[in-house]
Parts: sequence; structure tokens; C-alpha cells
Amino acid sequence: MMGSTHPQRIYLDHSATTRVDDEVVRAMLPYFTEIYGNASSTHQWGQRAKQAIEEARQQVASLLNADKTEITFLSGGTEADNLAIKGIAEAHAEKGRHIITSQIEHPAVLTTCGQLEKQGWRLSYLPVYQEGIVRISDVRDALTDETTLVTIMHANNEIGTIQPLGEISALVKERRAAGQRHLHLHADAVQSVGKIPVDVKELGVDLLSLSAHKIHGPKGVGALFVRRGVRLRSQMHGGHHERDRRAGTESVPLIVGLGKAAELSRLRLAEFVPRVRELRDYLETEILRRIPDTIRNGAAEPRLPHISSLSFEHVEGEGLMISLDLKGVAVSTGSACSSGSLEPSHVLVAIGLPSDTGRGSLRFSLGKDTTKEELDYVLETLPPIVEKLRRISPLAKQKRMPGVISEPTSATI
Amino acid sequence: MYSPTVLEHLENPRNVGEMAEASARGEAVNPVCGDVLHLFLKIERGRIAAASFQVRGCPPSIAAGSVLTEMITGLTLAEAGALAPGDVTRALETLPRNKEHCSILAIDALRAALAERQKS
Repeated sequence: MMGSTHPQRIYLDHSATTRVDDEVVRAMLPYFTEIYGNASSTHQWGQRAKQAIEEARQQVASLLNADKTEITFLSGGTEADNLAIKGIAEAHAEKGRHIITSQIEHPAVLTTCGQLEKQGWRLSYLPVYQEGIVRISDVRDALTDETTLVTIMHANNEIGTIQPLGEISALVKERRAAGQRHLHLHADAVQSVGKIPVDVKELGVDLLSLSAHKIHGPKGVGALFVRRGVRLRSQMHGGHHERDRRAGTESVPLIVGLGKAAELSRLRLAEFVPRVRELRDYLETEILRRIPDTIRNGAAEPRLPHISSLSFEHVEGEGLMISLDLKGVAVSTGSACSSGSLEPSHVLVAIGLPSDTGRGSLRFSLGKDTTKEELDYVLETLPPIVEKLRRISPLAKQKRMPGVISEPTSATI
Repeated sequence: MYSPTVLEHLENPRNVGEMAEASARGEAVNPVCGDVLHLFLKIERGRIAAASFQVRGCPPSIAAGSVLTEMITGLTLAEAGALAPGDVTRALETLPRNKEHCSILAIDALRAALAERQKS
């Protein structure tokens, strides 16, 4: 179905994944066939591979304003979240078994927390209100002496809202200074890295997850920042790779790809943010202006500059998404149908969207190569699609044309 | 993911809308995903002379409603009553397994309409 029916190919699903940059591919290629050594080997084949990994580690560290010894490479965002959450929970279990998180975390965090809950940990899932943002007072109220981990995403993957990590880390540091030394702050920053400045010192996090494929790197590789001095239990057992944090022969080409993608993201960031924000605001403002009964999901600010999540009343998001796909436009939906349940996505539920409204949700996520011309095509294409699906919908008709439906027969609807 | 027939019905749904002079109407709500489908029948001399539908649902629900209106036009009430969800799925070529309930939704609306007709 990939646009084969239409000449247009407009990809607005960069929060799902991104195209690997040509420069990234070029950087990776030699490490498949020429520099193929095992980085653990002490001969020159191995040492050249090791050198490449260490360069990549520096590139990732520079993007985050971290020290390179604080970067652990692993298979992606999901593994980074697993290692951070289980690694901290298990290493500090004797100090307490309480974890604070939010209701809008990625499944990689929520499911991992759910596993710990089954094993006896107590979990606090903080609400995010209509704005889709955690309140600092809720964090303060949830903290106990038994809390060992606060894990809150930097920015949400569906609605883009940015969480107040700086304020949360101030709270965490306060308690740590008062003697609760086993309290840690982790952030899943898979969606924010490369899209807005992510400075681990400024955010004050102890651990931070990122993924290569969201920043024009390859799939299958990511990194976990672990602040120096933080003790966590490794989850993958084997050889002495990655400072004993993550066993397994390093995938040198993938790590090199992540390093290059991190470097390019860092160099592009200052130009990327204002450009993509202007385009996103244009798209969002115009959709809201042109299509009635449409709302933005969550707060306008603070929000990632490239994401717009909207709900179109009376229709189902998957119909919108597939109809756009047939016109050559890729977006995603948080609708119930796509998840096979009565409720829309857990994020839309958490911000209190009525389930009938949440069904008609679409997420547009722009990329560094998105153009205004592409958005203009979407702005021409989308209104008739919404209009068509609303014409089919019995709900739209009931609301818009009361009276028409009244029939003189015994029929009951 | 979806067959060309499903996509074609999504792009060009047949017999859309409420029928003002319907002789029978049926409504079904999918308990799995909350999709809503309304079916309208015009019955003349024991046969379905015309059918139309409305739906708020995913592409397979739209396609199931659309193709059903085509399938039942011209059938006797008995013939229509004998249709099963599998017949709708086959008319759409195929549906992903987790979307087969969309054919059930369409047949449920049809059976509701036929039951209402019997009552009156």
C-alpha cells in the first residue's frame, strides 16, 4: 500500500521512524566488510572496530552534554528503558520498592513497570490532565522514602508535550541531599533527542534513553546515558562489554551509524527547531481553520516542534489514515480500531479525551526534509477525506442535522 | 494490510446515507471496537429493492457496510436472512483476522433490520 497507487510520497510519520541519512549509511558501510573485527579483540582488526565505537560514544555524549564513559550502547529505546528501570529497581531493591511514572509513558516503560509491579514493587502512575503534562506537585506528593526511581518521559510520542524534567530533578536532588541517596531520575528521551536540545546536566537526569532510528540512524541500536556513580544491575549477562553494563558483541556498523546520526542531529538542531516549528504551526493552524469540529490533543506548549496531534469528530482515525495513505501521505492514528479496543490510545484517554473524539485522532510528525509544498498537498487532500467520512457517519448527521432523522414510522434507531 | 476491494470501497463507498422512505432499518454496534453501522432497506414484494448504510468505523467496517448493500439488493428476505459474516468477508476478498468482526457488524445490522421488518 506504500503509495503505489499515487505518485505523491509524503512522509509525515517521523515519530514512528525516520529515513536513514545517506551520510549515516556511508559511515556505516566500511564496518560490514572492511573493518569487521570484534571490538574485544586486541589485534588491529579488533582495535580499529573499538576505535570506531569509542568515536561514536563521543558523538552521542556530545549530543547530550555527557561524558563518553556515561554512554552505554544497546539495541534501542526499548532495551534502554528496560535496563534503566529494572537495572535501578533491582540494584536498589533493599532501599525500597516504589517507582513513580506517568500515565502517558511509552509501552517500553509502562510494560516494564507493570512487570515490576507483579514482582512486588509499588507503582505510582501520575496523571497528566488535559494538557498532557505531569504536575510537579503530584510528583512531590508521590515521593516516599521507599522511592528508588522516578521515570518520566522527556516528551510524549503521541501528542508531543514536554514534561518538566528540570523541576522534577530539582525535587529529586533535594531529597537526595536530605539523605535519600538511592533515589534516581530516568527519562525516556527517544522522541526528544535530536528534535530539541537535550542536555543531561541541565535536565538533571541520572539515566536517559535514546534510539538511533528516530534521528535518521539505523534501527536496532540505541543508547542509555547513566550518570557517573549510578549503580544499576545489568539485564543481559555474558562477556565484559560496555563496562559490564550490557553483554554481547557490539554491532559496530549500527553503533557507528548511531554516532554519525547523533553528530548530524547536533549540527542541525539550531536550524531544525525553528524551521520545523513554523511548518508544523502552519499545518496545524490551517487544518483547524479549514476543517470544523477538529481539536488539538494536549497543550500547545511546551511541545515538541515537529508533532501535531489532532482529533476529527465523528470519524474513525484509521479511515483517515488509510485514505491519506491512498493519496500518498503517511501519518499515524491513536484510534481505537487500530489498537483493537474500545478505548483510544492510553495517552488520549489520559488527557481525558472522550472516547468518541479520540477515535478520530491523527498524528502528523514532520521531519528535517518536510517542505511547505508537501503540507499544502496535505491541506488540499485532507478536508475532502474528512468530509467524505463524515458524510458516511451516522454520528455526524445526528449532530449536524437534527430533525432530518425524525421519521414518521415506527422505526427506532 | 487491506485487500484492493476493501480499499476500493473505502475510496468509493456505495449506497451511502440515510434512506428517507426505508421499510426497515437496523443498527449494530461492535462491542469490540465501538464501530457503529446503520442499515436501511427498501422492501418491495418480499424483495430488497434498495439498501443504504451509514457507518462510523475503520476501513473494513466501511467496506463491509458498502459491499453488503450491493450483495443484498435484489435478494428475497429469506435469502438475505441466510447471509453470514463469512459471505461479507469473501465479498471483500479477505480481511485481517483481527478485523473479521467488521463483517459480523454488517450482518448484525442486516439481521436487526430483518427482525424489525418481521415485527411490523
